[in-house]
Amino acid sequence: MCLCIPSKICAFHDEEGLVTVDTLGVQRQICTQLISEPLAIGDYLLIHVGFAISKLNHEEAQESLTEYRSMLDNMSAEDAQALFN
Amino acid sequence: MDLKELYQGFRDPLIMKALTKKININAKQLPHPLKVMEVCGGHTHTIMKYGLMQLLPENIEFIHGPGCPVCIMPKERIDQAIELAMLPDTILVTLGDMIRVPGSKGTLAQCRARGGDIRPIYDPMDTLVIAKENPTKSVIYFAIGFETTTPMTAVLMQVADQQKLSNFYVHCNHVLVPPAINAVMSDGRAKINAFIGPSHVSVITGAKIYQCVADKYNLPVVVAGFEPVDVMQSILMLVDLTIAAAQHDSPPGMSIQYSRAVSMEGNLIAQTKINEVFEIRDVFRWRGLGDIANSALKIRDKYAHFDAEIVFKAHFFTWFSKTKSV
Repeated sequence: MCLCIPSKICAFHDEEGLVTVDTLGVQRQICTQLISEPLAIGDYLLIHVGFAISKLNHEEAQESLTEYRSMLDNMSAEDAQALFN
Repeated sequence: MDLKELYQGFRDPLIMKALTKKININAKQLPHPLKVMEVCGGHTHTIMKYGLMQLLPENIEFIHGPGCPVCIMPKERIDQAIELAMLPDTILVTLGDMIRVPGSKGTLAQCRARGGDIRPIYDPMDTLVIAKENPTKSVIYFAIGFETTTPMTAVLMQVADQQKLSNFYVHCNHVLVPPAINAVMSDGRAKINAFIGPSHVSVITGAKIYQCVADKYNLPVVVAGFEPVDVMQSILMLVDLTIAAAQHDSPPGMSIQYSRAVSMEGNLIAQTKINEVFEIRDVFRWRGLGDIANSALKIRDKYAHFDAEIVFKAHFFTWFSKTKSV
């Protein structure tokens, strides 16, 4: 029920608060009335029942992924090999 | 970063294995077995889909939480929806998830088969289109959802008010997460000693709503994303918070794992809209949990002309004669 779909802004419209987003190739119009930050083409939004509820924080996402990669890099050769077993 | 990279990064099997190993090592230092409740059905789905329980050591177990706003909807409220849908010249609109949940008189899908005009939608704003296309009919939005879905109903009602729609109504069933957590914990018999906080409820409310849960029950809360790596990292964080609290004799506290979407304060515009349109309801019945005080929202007097519970009160024979809930 409370699932959201991360989607990329690909077009703005004259009607206030309406944008077109792309979700892995599927495009649809959604409402951005609940978003206070400025938006730009290429930004990622979390979409829930036709509304954007949050702009995805790209830096935070990148930071998490970097943290995971460094966790893998810091493993001993033996532990790293065990991940493939 | 493209969308695929974003998805794949948080579903990476190697990262899952590395987190599993780390959890299994760190969990050996746990001062007591960890019994984790994931409050949200979205997390339960991830745990089941990716078999996360099989990856955890014996001293960590899940106790699945209240679930989702569809699962907890009591039969009395669905009965009301059916009574509304069977009124002449009436269209009942609701999110598709609600259609197959049974009340005491069957489901909304069965009601539709008997002739009720029930229309599942994806976007609540579609209700306005249906109301405008059917000016001679009453169009009632059966509103469901936790805090995630409530601001959309608030926007819908404010737009309907601006457009002075006279055939549009809302049957409000919006419920709140913190009172449900308190209901689970308050009798002191629950074995839960850690919580995974919902992802998208928290986008709206902010993680701040769990601080009092962490403080009151002296247990760790981590707000987690819905991807499998998110859930596994959150379990690792719960393990580490529990160990640190035992070592330093301090409260375990609350933390945000899903930092790419959740802040401490949440979505302030959404919170304002919710407060403009709704107020706390005295009591609401939850399927499986019973009556919980202050656990749901009702429509403020300013918007009473849209409130289906007031406008159609005379038709709710079943509800008002059999329950005390308001």
